[in-house]
Amino acid sequence: MQVYTEQKKVGKQSVLMGKKVAILAAATVAGPKESLGPLSNFFDRHYEDTILAEKSFERAECRMLEEACYLALGKAGLSPEDMDYYLGGDLLNQVISSTFCARSLAIPYLGIFGACSTLAEGLSLGTMLIQGGFAKYILVATSSHNCSAERQYRYPTEYGFQKPGYSQWTVTGAGAVVLGPAGGKGPRIEAITTGKVVDAGEKDPYALGSAMAPAAADTIYNHFVELKRNPAHYDLILSGDLGGVGKKLNEDILAGKGFDITPYYTDCGVLIYYPHQKVNAGGSGCACIALVFLGYYYQKMLAQELKRVLLVATGALHSPTTFMQRESIPAIAHALSIET
Amino acid sequence: MGSYFTAFLVGGLICVVGQLLFDLTPFTPGHILSGFVVAGGILGGLGIYDKLIDFAGAGALLPIASFGNSLAKGAMLEAARTGVVGILTGMFELTSSGITSAIVFSFFMAMFFKPRG
Repeated sequence: MQVYTEQKKVGKQSVLMGKKVAILAAATVAGPKESLGPLSNFFDRHYEDTILAEKSFERAECRMLEEACYLALGKAGLSPEDMDYYLGGDLLNQVISSTFCARSLAIPYLGIFGACSTLAEGLSLGTMLIQGGFAKYILVATSSHNCSAERQYRYPTEYGFQKPGYSQWTVTGAGAVVLGPAGGKGPRIEAITTGKVVDAGEKDPYALGSAMAPAAADTIYNHFVELKRNPAHYDLILSGDLGGVGKKLNEDILAGKGFDITPYYTDCGVLIYYPHQKVNAGGSGCACIALVFLGYYYQKMLAQELKRVLLVATGALHSPTTFMQRESIPAIAHALSIET
Repeated sequence: MGSYFTAFLVGGLICVVGQLLFDLTPFTPGHILSGFVVAGGILGGLGIYDKLIDFAGAGALLPIASFGNSLAKGAMLEAARTGVVGILTGMFELTSSGITSAIVFSFFMAMFFKPRG
Protein backbone atom coordinates (compact mmCIF):
# COMPACT_ATOMS: atom_id res chain seq x y z
CA MET A 1 0.00 0.00 0.00
CA GLN A 2 1.36 3.38 -0.94
CA VAL A 3 0.93 5.72 2.00
CA TYR A 4 2.69 8.80 0.70
CA THR A 5 0.56 9.66 -2.32
CA GLU A 6 0.47 13.37 -2.89
CA GLN A 7 3.49 15.62 -2.91
CA LYS A 8 2.49 18.94 -1.37
CA LYS A 9 5.92 19.81 -0.08
CA VAL A 10 7.85 22.59 -1.77
CA GLY A 11 11.47 22.72 -0.70
CA LYS A 12 12.67 21.59 2.69
CA GLN A 13 10.34 23.53 4.97
CA SER A 14 7.27 24.62 3.03
CA VAL A 15 4.01 23.02 1.98
CA LEU A 16 1.30 24.41 -0.28
CA MET A 17 -2.15 23.74 1.18
CA GLY A 18 -4.30 25.19 -1.60
CA LYS A 19 -6.76 27.10 0.59
CA LYS A 20 -8.86 24.07 1.48
CA VAL A 21 -8.90 24.71 5.23
CA ALA A 22 -10.29 27.90 6.77
CA ILE A 23 -10.30 29.65 10.11
CA LEU A 24 -14.05 29.38 10.71
CA ALA A 25 -14.09 31.40 13.92
CA ALA A 26 -11.70 33.03 16.35
CA ALA A 27 -12.11 34.41 19.86
CA THR A 28 -9.95 36.30 22.32
CA VAL A 29 -9.95 36.94 26.07
CA ALA A 30 -7.76 39.78 27.36
CA GLY A 31 -6.25 40.64 30.72
CA PRO A 32 -6.23 44.08 32.37
CA LYS A 33 -3.17 45.66 30.76
CA GLU A 34 -4.18 44.37 27.33
CA SER A 35 -7.68 45.78 27.86
CA LEU A 36 -6.13 49.23 28.30
CA GLY A 37 -4.04 48.86 25.13
CA PRO A 38 -4.79 50.30 21.66
CA LEU A 39 -6.51 47.11 20.38
CA SER A 40 -8.79 46.64 23.38
CA ASN A 41 -12.02 47.15 21.40
CA PHE A 42 -11.25 44.16 19.19
CA PHE A 43 -11.04 41.61 21.99
CA ASP A 44 -14.13 39.56 22.82
CA ARG A 45 -13.85 39.56 26.59
CA HIS A 46 -11.94 41.75 29.04
CA TYR A 47 -10.82 41.27 32.61
CA GLU A 48 -9.96 44.08 34.99
CA ASP A 49 -7.62 41.99 37.13
CA THR A 50 -5.22 39.09 36.62
CA ILE A 51 -6.64 36.68 39.20
CA LEU A 52 -10.29 36.43 38.03
CA ALA A 53 -11.35 35.58 41.62
CA GLU A 54 -9.58 32.23 41.23
CA LYS A 55 -7.18 30.94 43.87
CA SER A 56 -4.09 30.95 41.63
CA PHE A 57 -2.81 32.67 38.51
CA GLU A 58 -2.59 29.24 36.85
CA ARG A 59 -6.31 28.71 37.37
CA ALA A 60 -7.00 32.21 36.08
CA GLU A 61 -5.01 31.48 32.92
CA CYS A 62 -6.80 28.19 32.44
CA ARG A 63 -10.18 29.87 32.79
CA MET A 64 -9.30 32.51 30.21
CA LEU A 65 -8.32 29.68 27.86
CA GLU A 66 -11.57 27.80 28.46
CA GLU A 67 -13.59 30.94 27.86
CA ALA A 68 -11.74 31.65 24.61
CA CYS A 69 -12.46 28.08 23.46
CA TYR A 70 -16.17 28.30 24.23
CA LEU A 71 -16.42 31.76 22.65
CA ALA A 72 -14.79 30.48 19.44
CA LEU A 73 -17.03 27.41 19.39
CA GLY A 74 -20.08 29.65 19.92
CA LYS A 75 -19.06 31.92 17.05
CA ALA A 76 -18.61 28.90 14.77
CA GLY A 77 -22.00 27.57 15.85
CA LEU A 78 -20.39 24.29 16.91
CA SER A 79 -20.08 22.39 20.17
CA PRO A 80 -17.10 20.54 21.73
CA GLU A 81 -18.67 17.27 20.49
CA ASP A 82 -18.26 18.47 16.89
CA MET A 83 -14.50 18.89 17.31
CA ASP A 84 -12.31 16.00 16.18
CA TYR A 85 -9.19 17.28 17.93
CA TYR A 86 -8.13 20.01 20.31
CA LEU A 87 -4.57 21.22 19.69
CA GLY A 88 -3.26 23.42 22.46
CA GLY A 89 -0.18 24.63 24.23
CA ASP A 90 1.05 27.37 26.53
CA LEU A 91 4.16 28.52 28.36
CA LEU A 92 3.79 26.67 31.65
CA ASN A 93 5.55 23.44 32.58
CA GLN A 94 3.79 20.34 31.21
CA VAL A 95 1.51 22.76 29.25
CA ILE A 96 -0.85 22.64 32.22
CA SER A 97 -3.15 25.47 31.12
CA SER A 98 -4.03 23.61 27.93
CA THR A 99 -4.15 20.20 29.59
CA PHE A 100 -6.47 21.41 32.35
CA CYS A 101 -8.60 23.16 29.74
CA ALA A 102 -8.75 19.90 27.76
CA ARG A 103 -9.97 18.17 30.93
CA SER A 104 -13.19 20.16 30.85
CA LEU A 105 -13.61 20.29 27.05
CA ALA A 106 -13.45 16.49 26.65
CA ILE A 107 -12.22 16.70 23.05
CA PRO A 108 -9.44 14.32 21.87
CA TYR A 109 -6.43 16.36 22.85
CA LEU A 110 -2.94 16.78 21.45
CA GLY A 111 -0.76 18.95 23.67
CA ILE A 112 1.92 20.89 21.82
CA PHE A 113 4.76 23.12 22.92
CA GLY A 114 6.29 25.82 20.77
CA ALA A 115 6.48 28.53 23.43
CA CYS A 116 5.12 31.74 21.86
CA SER A 117 4.97 30.08 18.42
CA THR A 118 2.30 27.66 19.66
CA LEU A 119 -0.61 29.27 17.79
CA ALA A 120 1.14 28.87 14.43
CA GLU A 121 2.26 25.35 15.31
CA GLY A 122 -1.33 24.42 16.17
CA LEU A 123 -2.74 26.03 13.02
CA SER A 124 -0.13 24.22 10.89
CA LEU A 125 -0.82 20.80 12.41
CA GLY A 126 -4.58 21.36 12.40
CA THR A 127 -4.58 22.31 8.73
CA MET A 128 -2.53 19.22 7.86
CA LEU A 129 -4.82 16.96 9.89
CA ILE A 130 -7.95 18.26 8.20
CA GLN A 131 -6.44 18.27 4.74
CA GLY A 132 -5.07 14.79 5.32
CA GLY A 133 -8.62 13.64 5.88
CA PHE A 134 -8.17 12.82 9.56
CA ALA A 135 -10.50 15.45 10.94
CA LYS A 136 -13.26 17.83 9.93
CA TYR A 137 -13.18 20.39 12.73
CA ILE A 138 -10.24 21.20 14.97
CA LEU A 139 -10.01 23.54 17.92
CA VAL A 140 -6.66 25.32 18.29
CA ALA A 141 -6.05 27.43 21.38
CA THR A 142 -3.27 29.01 23.36
CA SER A 143 -2.80 31.24 26.37
CA SER A 144 -0.23 33.05 28.48
CA HIS A 145 -0.41 34.89 31.79
CA ASN A 146 2.02 37.53 32.95
CA CYS A 147 2.13 36.42 36.58
CA SER A 148 2.35 32.67 35.99
CA ALA A 149 4.99 33.04 33.25
CA GLU A 150 7.09 35.55 35.20
CA ARG A 151 7.14 33.25 38.21
CA GLN A 152 8.15 30.24 36.17
CA TYR A 153 10.74 31.85 33.90
CA ARG A 154 12.06 34.69 36.07
CA TYR A 155 10.89 35.87 39.50
CA PRO A 156 7.53 36.06 41.26
CA THR A 157 5.89 39.37 40.34
CA GLU A 158 5.59 40.29 44.04
CA TYR A 159 9.38 40.46 44.16
CA GLY A 160 9.26 43.60 42.02
CA PHE A 161 12.27 42.78 39.86
CA GLN A 162 13.70 45.61 37.74
CA LYS A 163 13.78 44.68 34.06
CA PRO A 164 16.16 45.98 31.43
CA GLY A 165 14.87 48.22 28.63
CA TYR A 166 15.10 45.50 25.99
CA SER A 167 12.90 43.12 28.01
CA GLN A 168 9.27 42.43 27.10
CA TRP A 169 5.97 42.08 28.98
CA THR A 170 4.25 38.68 28.88
CA VAL A 171 0.70 39.18 27.63
CA THR A 172 -2.16 37.98 29.82
CA GLY A 173 -4.89 36.48 27.69
CA ALA A 174 -6.04 33.60 25.53
CA GLY A 175 -7.07 32.99 21.96
CA ALA A 176 -8.90 30.13 20.28
CA VAL A 177 -9.62 29.18 16.68
CA VAL A 178 -11.96 26.73 15.02
CA LEU A 179 -10.43 25.24 11.87
CA GLY A 180 -12.62 23.49 9.34
CA PRO A 181 -13.19 22.86 5.65
CA ALA A 182 -13.15 26.11 3.63
CA GLY A 183 -16.48 27.28 2.34
CA GLY A 184 -17.64 30.40 4.11
CA LYS A 185 -15.85 33.70 4.35
CA GLY A 186 -13.22 32.60 6.85
CA PRO A 187 -9.63 33.23 5.77
CA ARG A 188 -7.90 30.13 4.39
CA ILE A 189 -4.53 28.57 5.01
CA GLU A 190 -2.64 28.79 1.71
CA ALA A 191 0.87 27.71 2.63
CA ILE A 192 2.85 26.65 5.68
CA THR A 193 6.56 27.05 6.34
CA THR A 194 7.68 25.12 9.39
CA GLY A 195 10.63 26.61 11.20
CA LYS A 196 13.93 25.04 12.13
CA VAL A 197 15.36 25.62 15.59
CA VAL A 198 17.83 28.47 15.29
CA ASP A 199 20.24 29.39 18.08
CA ALA A 200 22.10 32.65 17.65
CA GLY A 201 23.92 32.23 20.96
CA GLU A 202 21.89 34.73 23.00
CA LYS A 203 22.06 33.85 26.69
CA ASP A 204 20.20 36.71 28.34
CA PRO A 205 16.66 35.51 29.19
CA TYR A 206 15.43 39.12 28.98
CA ALA A 207 16.71 39.58 25.42
CA LEU A 208 14.12 37.29 23.84
CA GLY A 209 13.55 39.66 20.91
CA SER A 210 17.15 39.32 19.77
CA ALA A 211 17.12 35.58 20.53
CA MET A 212 14.06 34.99 18.32
CA ALA A 213 14.70 37.45 15.46
CA PRO A 214 17.26 35.19 13.68
CA ALA A 215 14.71 32.34 13.75
CA ALA A 216 12.01 34.61 12.31
CA ALA A 217 14.34 35.87 9.60
CA ASP A 218 15.39 32.29 8.73
CA THR A 219 11.80 31.09 8.35
CA ILE A 220 10.67 34.16 6.37
CA TYR A 221 13.72 33.90 4.09
CA ASN A 222 13.14 30.21 3.39
CA HIS A 223 9.43 30.87 2.85
CA PHE A 224 10.23 33.44 0.15
CA VAL A 225 12.95 31.34 -1.50
CA GLU A 226 11.13 28.00 -1.48
CA LEU A 227 7.82 29.44 -2.71
CA LYS A 228 9.56 31.90 -5.08
CA ARG A 229 7.86 34.90 -3.50
CA ASN A 230 8.90 38.34 -2.34
CA PRO A 231 7.61 40.58 0.45
CA ALA A 232 5.27 42.45 -1.92
CA HIS A 233 3.28 39.21 -2.36
CA TYR A 234 1.69 39.98 1.02
CA ASP A 235 -0.48 42.83 2.24
CA LEU A 236 0.92 42.21 5.69
CA ILE A 237 3.80 40.27 7.25
CA LEU A 238 3.05 39.88 10.95
CA SER A 239 5.54 38.48 13.45
CA GLY A 240 4.44 37.26 16.86
CA ASP A 241 6.38 38.84 19.69
CA LEU A 242 9.77 40.14 18.61
CA GLY A 243 9.10 43.52 20.22
CA GLY A 244 10.87 46.73 19.25
CA VAL A 245 14.39 45.25 19.47
CA GLY A 246 13.67 41.98 17.65
CA LYS A 247 11.55 43.63 14.94
CA LYS A 248 14.41 45.91 13.92
CA LEU A 249 16.87 43.00 14.01
CA ASN A 250 14.56 40.86 11.86
CA GLU A 251 14.26 43.66 9.29
CA ASP A 252 18.02 44.13 9.24
CA ILE A 253 18.82 40.41 8.82
CA LEU A 254 16.33 40.04 5.94
CA ALA A 255 17.53 43.27 4.30
CA GLY A 256 21.04 41.79 4.40
CA LYS A 257 19.71 38.75 2.53
CA GLY A 258 18.04 40.90 -0.10
CA PHE A 259 14.44 41.08 1.16
CA ASP A 260 13.16 44.48 2.28
CA ILE A 261 10.10 43.55 4.31
CA THR A 262 9.78 46.88 6.16
CA PRO A 263 6.89 48.38 4.09
CA TYR A 264 4.67 45.33 4.72
CA TYR A 265 5.88 44.32 8.13
CA THR A 266 4.81 44.81 11.72
CA ASP A 267 5.04 42.91 14.99
CA CYS A 268 2.28 42.00 17.45
CA GLY A 269 4.52 42.75 20.44
CA VAL A 270 4.90 46.33 19.24
CA LEU A 271 1.17 46.77 18.59
CA ILE A 272 -0.51 45.37 21.68
CA TYR A 273 0.42 48.08 24.22
CA TYR A 274 0.78 51.84 24.24
CA PRO A 275 4.36 53.02 24.85
CA HIS A 276 3.21 54.71 28.08
CA GLN A 277 2.15 51.34 29.52
CA LYS A 278 5.75 50.72 30.62
CA VAL A 279 6.31 47.43 28.86
CA ASN A 280 9.86 48.23 27.72
CA ALA A 281 10.37 46.64 24.27
CA GLY A 282 6.75 45.43 23.90
CA GLY A 283 4.57 42.38 24.50
CA SER A 284 5.47 38.70 24.38
CA GLY A 285 3.92 35.34 25.20
CA CYS A 286 1.62 32.92 23.39
CA ALA A 287 -1.33 35.28 23.82
CA CYS A 288 0.47 38.19 22.14
CA ILE A 289 -0.01 36.96 18.56
CA ALA A 290 -3.31 35.33 19.56
CA LEU A 291 -4.83 38.63 20.71
CA VAL A 292 -3.40 40.80 17.93
CA PHE A 293 -3.97 38.43 15.01
CA LEU A 294 -7.19 36.75 16.12
CA GLY A 295 -8.60 39.92 17.68
CA TYR A 296 -7.62 42.55 15.18
CA TYR A 297 -6.19 41.31 11.86
CA TYR A 298 -8.55 38.35 11.58
CA GLN A 299 -11.46 40.83 11.63
CA LYS A 300 -9.70 42.88 8.94
CA MET A 301 -9.38 39.77 6.80
CA LEU A 302 -13.07 38.95 7.28
CA ALA A 303 -13.85 42.52 6.16
CA GLN A 304 -11.61 41.95 3.09
CA GLU A 305 -9.41 44.88 4.09
CA LEU A 306 -6.46 42.50 4.04
CA LYS A 307 -6.26 39.69 1.51
CA ARG A 308 -2.87 38.04 2.00
CA VAL A 309 -1.18 37.81 5.37
CA LEU A 310 2.04 36.02 6.31
CA LEU A 311 1.72 35.09 9.96
CA VAL A 312 5.08 34.37 11.60
CA ALA A 313 4.85 33.22 15.21
CA THR A 314 8.14 33.15 17.09
CA GLY A 315 9.07 31.17 20.19
CA ALA A 316 12.03 31.04 22.58
CA LEU A 317 12.54 27.40 23.52
CA HIS A 318 14.63 27.73 26.68
CA SER A 319 13.69 26.67 30.17
CA PRO A 320 14.61 28.17 33.56
CA THR A 321 16.89 25.16 34.09
CA THR A 322 18.82 25.62 30.83
CA PHE A 323 19.21 29.32 31.62
CA MET A 324 20.73 28.51 35.02
CA GLN A 325 23.04 25.99 33.34
CA ARG A 326 24.21 28.86 31.12
CA GLU A 327 22.88 27.37 27.89
CA SER A 328 22.01 29.74 25.06
CA ILE A 329 18.39 30.26 23.98
CA PRO A 330 17.17 28.22 20.99
CA ALA A 331 14.36 29.85 19.04
CA ILE A 332 11.84 28.86 16.39
CA ALA A 333 9.43 30.57 14.02
CA HIS A 334 6.55 29.04 12.07
CA ALA A 335 4.99 30.88 9.13
CA LEU A 336 1.53 30.53 7.63
CA SER A 337 0.31 32.22 4.47
CA ILE A 338 -3.34 33.05 5.10
CA GLU A 339 -5.58 34.35 2.32
CA THR A 340 -9.19 35.45 2.13
CA MET B 1 29.93 61.54 63.71
CA GLY B 2 27.20 60.87 61.19
CA SER B 3 24.48 63.26 60.14
CA TYR B 4 21.38 63.04 57.95
CA PHE B 5 23.50 64.36 55.11
CA THR B 6 26.32 61.79 55.38
CA ALA B 7 23.75 58.99 55.80
CA PHE B 8 21.97 60.10 52.62
CA LEU B 9 25.24 60.49 50.74
CA VAL B 10 26.83 57.15 51.64
CA GLY B 11 23.60 55.12 51.54
CA GLY B 12 22.76 56.68 48.18
CA LEU B 13 26.22 56.01 46.77
CA ILE B 14 26.09 52.34 47.80
CA CYS B 15 22.74 52.06 45.98
CA VAL B 16 24.19 53.81 42.91
CA VAL B 17 26.95 51.19 42.79
CA GLY B 18 24.29 48.45 42.96
CA GLN B 19 22.21 50.06 40.20
CA LEU B 20 25.27 50.46 37.96
CA LEU B 21 26.24 46.82 38.50
CA PHE B 22 22.67 45.85 37.61
CA ASP B 23 22.48 48.03 34.50
CA LEU B 24 25.98 47.64 33.08
CA THR B 25 27.03 44.08 33.95
CA PRO B 26 25.43 40.70 33.24
CA PHE B 27 25.22 39.98 37.00
CA THR B 28 21.84 38.88 38.35
CA PRO B 29 20.30 40.38 41.52
CA GLY B 30 21.51 37.25 43.36
CA HIS B 31 25.09 37.88 42.27
CA ILE B 32 24.93 41.55 43.25
CA LEU B 33 23.36 40.80 46.64
CA SER B 34 26.01 38.20 47.48
CA GLY B 35 28.71 40.52 46.16
CA PHE B 36 27.65 43.26 48.57
CA VAL B 37 27.61 40.83 51.52
CA VAL B 38 31.12 39.58 50.65
CA ALA B 39 32.41 43.13 50.11
CA GLY B 40 30.93 44.18 53.47
CA GLY B 41 32.60 41.15 55.08
CA ILE B 42 36.00 42.01 53.64
CA LEU B 43 35.70 45.70 54.58
CA GLY B 44 34.50 44.64 58.04
CA GLY B 45 37.44 42.28 58.46
CA LEU B 46 39.84 45.10 57.58
CA GLY B 47 38.08 47.39 60.06
CA ILE B 48 37.01 49.84 57.35
CA TYR B 49 33.26 49.27 57.47
CA ASP B 50 32.95 50.34 61.11
CA LYS B 51 34.56 53.67 60.23
CA LEU B 52 32.00 54.05 57.45
CA ILE B 53 29.21 53.39 59.96
CA ASP B 54 30.68 56.03 62.29
CA PHE B 55 30.67 58.48 59.41
CA ALA B 56 27.31 57.65 57.80
CA GLY B 57 25.18 55.93 60.49
CA ALA B 58 22.10 54.30 58.93
CA GLY B 59 23.46 55.11 55.47
CA ALA B 60 26.00 52.32 56.00
CA LEU B 61 24.00 50.18 58.45
CA LEU B 62 20.95 49.59 56.25
CA PRO B 63 22.50 48.35 52.97
CA ILE B 64 23.12 44.59 52.84
CA ALA B 65 26.91 45.12 53.00
CA SER B 66 26.37 45.83 56.69
CA PHE B 67 25.18 42.23 57.08
CA GLY B 68 28.52 40.99 55.71
CA ASN B 69 30.30 43.31 58.11
CA SER B 70 28.34 41.88 61.06
CA LEU B 71 29.13 38.30 59.97
CA ALA B 72 32.85 39.04 59.85
CA LYS B 73 32.85 40.98 63.10
CA GLY B 74 30.90 38.28 64.97
CA ALA B 75 33.34 35.63 63.76
CA MET B 76 36.37 37.74 64.68
CA LEU B 77 35.12 38.65 68.17
CA GLU B 78 34.31 35.07 69.07
CA ALA B 79 37.59 33.84 67.58
CA ALA B 80 39.48 36.29 69.77
CA ARG B 81 37.59 34.97 72.82
CA THR B 82 37.54 31.19 72.22
CA GLY B 83 39.99 30.44 69.42
CA VAL B 84 39.52 29.02 65.92
CA VAL B 85 36.19 27.35 66.67
CA GLY B 86 34.86 30.80 67.48
CA ILE B 87 34.89 31.61 63.76
CA LEU B 88 32.11 29.06 63.34
CA THR B 89 30.19 29.72 66.57
CA GLY B 90 30.43 33.51 66.36
CA MET B 91 29.54 33.98 62.70
CA PHE B 92 25.82 34.56 63.35
CA GLU B 93 26.17 36.08 66.83
CA LEU B 94 25.62 39.69 65.80
CA THR B 95 23.20 38.85 62.98
CA SER B 96 21.01 36.34 64.80
CA SER B 97 18.43 38.98 65.71
CA GLY B 98 18.03 39.91 62.02
CA ILE B 99 17.83 36.30 60.85
CA THR B 100 15.42 35.27 63.60
CA SER B 101 13.13 38.22 62.98
CA ALA B 102 13.12 37.45 59.24
CA ILE B 103 11.95 33.90 60.02
CA VAL B 104 9.40 34.94 62.66
CA PHE B 105 7.90 37.79 60.63
CA SER B 106 7.79 35.60 57.49
CA PHE B 107 5.82 33.05 59.47
CA PHE B 108 3.24 35.65 60.54
CA MET B 109 3.04 37.14 57.05
CA ALA B 110 2.42 33.68 55.60
CA MET B 111 -0.36 33.16 58.15
CA PHE B 112 -2.23 36.32 57.19
CA PHE B 113 -1.51 36.74 53.48
CA LYS B 114 -1.63 34.37 50.52
CA PRO B 115 1.09 35.19 47.99
CA ARG B 116 0.23 33.81 44.55
CA GLY B 117 3.06 35.08 42.35
